[in-house]
Amino acid sequence: MEKRVRFKGYLLPICLVMPQIVITAVFFFYPAGQAIWQSLFIPDPFGFSAQFVGLGNFEFLLSDPFYRASFITTAIFSILVTAVSMGVALFLAVLADRLIKGSGTYRTLLIWPYAVAPAVAGVLWLFMFNTRVGVVTWYLGVLGYDWNHVLNPGEAMGLVVLASSWGRISYNFLFFLAGLQAIPRSVIEAAAIDGAHFWTRFRTIVFPLLSPTTFFLLVVNVVYAFFETFGVVHTITAGGPQQATTILVYKVYSDGFVGQDLGSSAAQSVILLIIVSVLTVIQFRYIERRVHY
Amino acid sequence: MATVTLENLKKSFGRTEVIHGVNIDIADGEFIVIVGPSGCGKSTLLRMVAGLETVTSGKVFIGGHLVNEREPMDRDIAMVFQNYALYPHMSVFDNMAYGLKIAGRSKAEIAERVAAAAHVLQIEPFLDRKPRELSGGQRQRVAMGRAIVRKPAVFLFDEPLSNLDAKLRVQMRLEIKQLQRELGVTSLYVTHDQVEAMTLADRMIVMNEGRADQIGAPLEVYANPQTVFVAGFIGSPPTNFLPALSVSRGSTEELLGIRPEHLRIVGPDKCELRARVVNAEALGAETLVHTRIHSGEYVTVRQEGSRPVPEEGEEVGLGWAKENEMLFFTNGARRY
Repeated sequence: MEKRVRFKGYLLPICLVMPQIVITAVFFFYPAGQAIWQSLFIPDPFGFSAQFVGLGNFEFLLSDPFYRASFITTAIFSILVTAVSMGVALFLAVLADRLIKGSGTYRTLLIWPYAVAPAVAGVLWLFMFNTRVGVVTWYLGVLGYDWNHVLNPGEAMGLVVLASSWGRISYNFLFFLAGLQAIPRSVIEAAAIDGAHFWTRFRTIVFPLLSPTTFFLLVVNVVYAFFETFGVVHTITAGGPQQATTILVYKVYSDGFVGQDLGSSAAQSVILLIIVSVLTVIQFRYIERRVHY
Repeated sequence: MATVTLENLKKSFGRTEVIHGVNIDIADGEFIVIVGPSGCGKSTLLRMVAGLETVTSGKVFIGGHLVNEREPMDRDIAMVFQNYALYPHMSVFDNMAYGLKIAGRSKAEIAERVAAAAHVLQIEPFLDRKPRELSGGQRQRVAMGRAIVRKPAVFLFDEPLSNLDAKLRVQMRLEIKQLQRELGVTSLYVTHDQVEAMTLADRMIVMNEGRADQIGAPLEVYANPQTVFVAGFIGSPPTNFLPALSVSRGSTEELLGIRPEHLRIVGPDKCELRARVVNAEALGAETLVHTRIHSGEYVTVRQEGSRPVPEEGEEVGLGWAKENEMLFFTNGARRY
């Protein structure tokens, strides 16, 4: 049973939750309310007046081929980032779980990239893949491959996926490793005695028992790919070439702050708000209920 | 069905040797109990037979084949774990069928064999349930079912009853014994509970700090312990130990052991030893009289419940028959 603390009176509990409420109000409720309000208007270019258009901004967005393209770009981008970062993390976690000596060092080294801010990570990868002076570009050139993510949409997407996944691997690794270590050793041993080799054990025992962790990471990583990769995209490709890496969040920025179309930008924010709400509901529904096997 | 032979089996973790060379020939169908206090290496010994721990030196033979380098799955064994180690995401049926599925048996055969095992263990009503929906005793049965359904050559039990309550433990103990007799499968059973060891074993291995102090039939071990440790570990209440010199036997630091049931309370004048009664526990069928002798050792006497219960603080004499004396050398070995 859950134990609840009982307070006498209201003053102390209110003081205790106030900081969180104030922060949420100032940095979330207020701007979100503003975005919803602004999404119903088209302001003039100089910001002196605004014309009420109802859901006009939304109607325009949903019929805009560029916006729909951005949706698809975002879908591809987030699927790739989630798959790459979770796949690599799971692989590394399985290796680390088998490690007896030096696992501490290995773990610490793997956690480091998480401390690097997305924009910094973006710049790091940009240096390596710079079309003129990048180390990796040069080696690829030696191998006969002409890397140019500035012109090639596929390569641009690949690079932002790589840079976004990199820091994320650490985070996923931690959760996967904890999940793996929570599986009782004797269950694995029982499977080994039952005749299951490593891969069979992984497929039939380990992976199903990891499913709560996997599901949690799936949601968290999709949210990450949607919303927290702005820095990476901004530093590496700025959404290009030809909008090939313009994910929804980046489009909010480029339409609003570069294109000065604040009404449309606000409407896009509202759409993102709805998407993240749906993801949160999914997460709470299934994870808070603890989908245990 | 198979014989099991351990030949000078040793195990080290790093530089620490934890098993110092165990030898035993186990006959086909024999029920062997490995008993000892926690940390004596009994589970490690079992896990080496299972193939879950590597063998540092020595040899393990199962059915006449050297299996040191074989994977657990290639040893034709089944194991019941202390925490049952059921697959939590699978139904009881799937738990039991898992090994057979991997072995590539036909669906009909799997269904038939699981049904047969479930019938024997009376777990038929639970086949569709998940382990978390079962009680401790039911999980224990499923773990047993998973072991017998594969018809292995050897059963290994790693303290299978220690997570059950006392009543269930007694019941399951009987069932395990019956099951083993019916199936006639060679079994190795690890426990720290000497009652389990006494009741289940054809022969028992009493482990002490990585050594097999004594191997033998339960009553033989009880009647004739070879070391101080065995004398003290097997039997409840435990054997009393006195400095041998205090009753003018042996030499300094040698110990005289006498089991509580071999002691009698006699008049203070015609006795071997005088003692003062500290406490008497009348349990009905028997009475445990705890006394303290002159040199400070506590000595427990077990007498029939019908005999008079001595008063606390009373001065009594202790007597025993000479043939019940067990004298041990300083190093713990039996002198006579």
